[in-house]
Amino acid sequence: MTDSKYFTTTKKGEIFELKAELNSDKKEKKKEAVKKVIASMTVGKDVSALFPDVVNCMQTDNLELKKLVYLYLMNYAKSQPDMAIMAVNTFVKDCEDPNPLIRALAVRTMGCIRVDKITEYLCEPLRKCLKDEDPYVRKTAAVCVAKLHDINAQLVEDQGFLDTLKDLISDSNPMVVANAVAALSEIAESHPSSNLLDLNPQSINKLLTALNECTEWGQIFILDCLANYTPKDDREAQSICERVTPRLSHANSAVVLSAVKVLMKFMEMLSKDLDYYGTLLKKLAPPLVTLLSAEPELQYVALRNINLIVQKRPEVLKHEMKVFFVKYNDPIYVKLEKLDIMIRLASQANIAQVLAELKEYATEVDVDFVRKAVRAIGRCAIKVEQSAERCVSTLLDLIQTKVNYVVQEAIVVIKDIFRKYPNKYESVIATLCENLDSLDEPEARAAMIWIVGEYAERIDNADELLESFLEGFHDESTQVQLQLLTAIVKLFLKKPTETQELVQQVLSLATQDSDNPDLRDRGYIYWRLLSTDPVAAKEVVLAEKPLISEETDLIEPTLLDELICYIGTLASVYHKPPSAFVEGGRGVVHKSLPPRTASSESTESPETAPAGAPPGEQLDTVPTQGDLLGDLLNLDLGPPVSGPPLATSAVQMGAVDLLGGGLDSLIGAPSFVAPPAAAVPANLGAPMGSGLSDLFDLTSGVGTLSGSYVAPKAVWLPAMKAKGLEISGTFTRQAGSISMDLQLTNKALQVMTDFAIQFNRNSFGLAPAAPLQVHAPLSPTQTVEISLPLSTAGSVMKTEPLNSLQVAVKNNIDVFYFSTLYPLHILFVEDGKMDRQVFLATWKDIPNENEAQFQIRDCPLNAEAVSSRLQSSSIFTVARRNVEGQDMLYQSLKLTNGIWVLAELRIQPGNPSFTLSLKCRAPEVSQHVYQAYETILKN
Amino acid sequence: MSLGEYEKHWKSVVSQSVCDYFFEAQEKAADVENVPPVISTPHHYLISIYRDKLFFVSVIQTEVPPLFVIEFLHRVADTFQDYFGECSEAAIKDNVVIVYELLEEMLDNGFPLATESNILKELIKPPTILRSVVNSITGSSNVGDTLPTGQLSNIPWRRAGVKYTNNEAYFDVVEEIDAIIDKSGSTVFAEIQGVIDACIKLSGMPDLSLSFMNPRLLDDVSFHPCIRFKRWESERVLSFIPPDGNFRLISYRVSSQNLVAIPVYVKHSISFKENSSCGRFDITIGPKQNMGKTIEAITVTVHMPKVVLNMNLTPTQGSYTFDPVTKVLTWDVGKITPQKLPSLKGLVNLQSGAPKPEENPSLNIQFKIQQLAISGLKVNRLDMYGEKYKPFKGVKYVTKAGKFQVRT
Repeated sequence: MTDSKYFTTTKKGEIFELKAELNSDKKEKKKEAVKKVIASMTVGKDVSALFPDVVNCMQTDNLELKKLVYLYLMNYAKSQPDMAIMAVNTFVKDCEDPNPLIRALAVRTMGCIRVDKITEYLCEPLRKCLKDEDPYVRKTAAVCVAKLHDINAQLVEDQGFLDTLKDLISDSNPMVVANAVAALSEIAESHPSSNLLDLNPQSINKLLTALNECTEWGQIFILDCLANYTPKDDREAQSICERVTPRLSHANSAVVLSAVKVLMKFMEMLSKDLDYYGTLLKKLAPPLVTLLSAEPELQYVALRNINLIVQKRPEVLKHEMKVFFVKYNDPIYVKLEKLDIMIRLASQANIAQVLAELKEYATEVDVDFVRKAVRAIGRCAIKVEQSAERCVSTLLDLIQTKVNYVVQEAIVVIKDIFRKYPNKYESVIATLCENLDSLDEPEARAAMIWIVGEYAERIDNADELLESFLEGFHDESTQVQLQLLTAIVKLFLKKPTETQELVQQVLSLATQDSDNPDLRDRGYIYWRLLSTDPVAAKEVVLAEKPLISEETDLIEPTLLDELICYIGTLASVYHKPPSAFVEGGRGVVHKSLPPRTASSESTESPETAPAGAPPGEQLDTVPTQGDLLGDLLNLDLGPPVSGPPLATSAVQMGAVDLLGGGLDSLIGAPSFVAPPAAAVPANLGAPMGSGLSDLFDLTSGVGTLSGSYVAPKAVWLPAMKAKGLEISGTFTRQAGSISMDLQLTNKALQVMTDFAIQFNRNSFGLAPAAPLQVHAPLSPTQTVEISLPLSTAGSVMKTEPLNSLQVAVKNNIDVFYFSTLYPLHILFVEDGKMDRQVFLATWKDIPNENEAQFQIRDCPLNAEAVSSRLQSSSIFTVARRNVEGQDMLYQSLKLTNGIWVLAELRIQPGNPSFTLSLKCRAPEVSQHVYQAYETILKN
Repeated sequence: MSLGEYEKHWKSVVSQSVCDYFFEAQEKAADVENVPPVISTPHHYLISIYRDKLFFVSVIQTEVPPLFVIEFLHRVADTFQDYFGECSEAAIKDNVVIVYELLEEMLDNGFPLATESNILKELIKPPTILRSVVNSITGSSNVGDTLPTGQLSNIPWRRAGVKYTNNEAYFDVVEEIDAIIDKSGSTVFAEIQGVIDACIKLSGMPDLSLSFMNPRLLDDVSFHPCIRFKRWESERVLSFIPPDGNFRLISYRVSSQNLVAIPVYVKHSISFKENSSCGRFDITIGPKQNMGKTIEAITVTVHMPKVVLNMNLTPTQGSYTFDPVTKVLTWDVGKITPQKLPSLKGLVNLQSGAPKPEENPSLNIQFKIQQLAISGLKVNRLDMYGEKYKPFKGVKYVTKAGKFQVRT
């Protein structure tokens, strides 16, 4: 006698028969009939026509029958709201039943009937149940509030159920507490601004107590709720961590991961010097590893989270490499994730083992996995220099297998290895060239072309090889076309005599026969470069390439921090903030890691620059730039008639100037963005390598020529202190040269002659690059303006403050001393734009202690204006991202002494206060960089 | 949620068409085991598990911890297994109303309610042949009408008033060795996954303490909620009021390489000749660090490359099968007698004209060693407090191969 018999009645008239049975007098027959109805319902048959008959069975003291009817009601009440009203009375009556099981069942079921008319009747019984003497009823009622809120939020608020729910957090029964937390969390999700769960140390204590005693599911709700709390100091954080760590030994993996989330988040507040910090780190590893012995689905989610955790705190799992080794019967989704983490954990200490494994994987059956394994070998080479040689020989072995996709992947990664270690492994080029014909994937073709162009001087038949690609130029993908263009130009610059024809051919293919604007623009720029100034062309095209970063696919630091707050959630599986994918525009609270308390002083905004500073006198030295640029753009519209276009002198000027100003953006286009270097994370914003955006970059590049912000002259040496000589001055930086603009006024009664100037040793080695030249003697009341060029080649001594400069000025009367402060932005060099990948890696690499946070107040500019204004002072925006409507600008700058400063500027539209985070290996400069930001943005 | 074709909705009704995304992913994955557990669709997320040849798919609309869902789905499958003896489509079909009632008791509005089998069994009695006969005669039901007492006490996993005439407490220490052995026979990776499963049939409210000879072995342990964590931290004793019946007391992992003994070795020579349609296959199994115990129930499974058409092998003991469709070779070896080591050798027929396979297959080894916990873990004693009677006590040890792979 099994339930499968309920499926057998598929003949016509079934409903009719059931109807009769439901109305039977015999209890047993009724129950059987309801069971049949339920069975039909589960397989998706429509049995809604039986609604009144089933509801009639509800008034019974048979619990099973009651439950079955309830099941049916939940399913069909929505489609039969008028009928459902018939059931209300029974529900209300059941809510008063002496049996708590029935009371709970009634309130639970009522909450599932999503019919407005019924919800009205639900309020009174629900209110009673929330205060029921039996905790089983209370905990069921708590969930019912969340259900009701989903149906009618206003009703729940008006009836005061939210307050009752909040009171339940202090309930004596841990399960009631857990359900109240769960219900409140769910309600809070749709009301991000409400303070439904404003936790304080007392309520936290209640939660921690309940945590020990409630069910595993309740523990998850409580832990997830705890994770949203920000402890007031590191001591509170530690005490919460201590009470949460036992959860790491729970058998339920969701409990474990939620506990990991709380710990990862609160650890942020603990000082690394603390013994407890080390203890906690050690405790995190075993439970994470244990998750990997669970079912594959659990492993997958665990691995996605471990991927985040090792990026944030690599030390946690650095000794656990082996557990990520792939078993041949792991599902493919587990294999790929394990591989990712193996690379992240690869280090000099374990590289031999890792490589041996990867080589093993490269001979497996699954194509995707094999490809990724080959790529991983390349990443190892780039990450661990000592292993590069072995990696290259492993890759060569793999190329010998002649398995097509293996060869192609290998060539793509070898290209990156060449980039990373120039002039080291080029001996393998011959082997690579042998496989030219078998390459059919664009990425591999592009990589091979890059190699041929880059090493054209070592490959005898480079021109033949490239020419062979040229035949099918228009059938190639854009990636290959761009690469081929650049490679042939490189070849031409290296062997101009034999390849003139080839270069003409590719330039005309790119500019005249192509519809692709990127390709065309790049073609024109090369054409123009080659025709106007081959030397400059050489400098641009064959320029030294910036290093490629060791890590790829790193998650941006702010996003990573946010994702750490979402450990265990869908966000952590997709590595995207919930706002990127959560349905229905429900506001999502932007979560962030708590600040480290040790550095809390530094997060306070230092005194802001004096408000109302006099407006700066921006120097507009090159007013014609805009026109020139317009000319350059216009050129795209009229195709040249034949041969390299003859440039008018004005345009020629423009091109040259552009090179001076926007050099980096030009280099950025042709020679090192285009090679498909390890995938640029897609979320990093503007498409790189697009000719158009490069051109727009030029616009801001032009700004550099007008020089960075210059403060008005201030009096440095008053006349009364210097026997009548008054010196006022300011610092400027224009087109890469720094100068001190001085104004000398003779307020004495005698003529001044024999001027000389000297600087004391200072932090950045500033020194006069030429003697102070005052051509004529300075007569009384006369004023002279002098621009003194400065170099940074002087001797260095750290001063206090860092940017103070002591100056001695001599004249025929005496020697005078004064001291001034120079704004740091005069030291920002013009090539301070970092590659995005390098930026990411560097940001991660600089320890968190070096991060300083500042507030820039009352700045009315928007992100574009900020970015372009900063760029004119050589603070470059490397990437821009929009998070939750806020603009995040990632910026870099380089000081004359080679110190890089990385910045993250957070701008909320409508809020004139910006948050500036600076990271630098020499944190003492941060304060001054911040002041430079203030100065530049506010003037 | 839908079980193949069975569905149950909690919060709101989601059209069945959402499953099409799942079927699509299933088709794409080729192998059922490779269907990704989290799939996003335009409006929902599908989180699934694959167990006993069934997919359990849940459809979610808001941000829910996926592990929470996966754990829950496994718990559902466990419950079906527990109730119906097997978790299969037939079992679910035969018991569809109970399945529905169970799901209703297990989840409410996305919040798990009762997932402990003890409590569920109080609410919904598992089907037995006898009961269904009795029910149909007397018209009584298989739904309990009392409040599940356990659900409210501080020990939600145990109901009150348990009574047995024979009071017994049995523990099974089961260890599985996960290992990857490379071509040359050296260990690439090895660890022991251990569990202690308990079968407790004790009356009243017994309070048990289980201590070990060498508790230090256990440094990475997951506990059943009944275990008092503080006692373990301070004294390394497992102290607990047990649930009634069968449950998993702890699971643990021993990974430090020198503690993981590898009980068997495999000598292998598998070669395919270039430009020939045959190859040679020769494997021999022998005991290694078996602590003087007999290794039994050995099975070797090999996924042969696709180009293998057939295999003509001779085993010195046991029997083998080769499935030419799935290309799986299974050799049921039996036990090892050290005097004559079991071997399997012979010819491999390849598809003619196909290139010789690049990869050599991995060997999957299964075995069992009775009365041994390979990590050396030993129970010292079991004490019972709170009740007066003297229970029967017993501990059994067994070691098995887990994911034990030999690369060739």
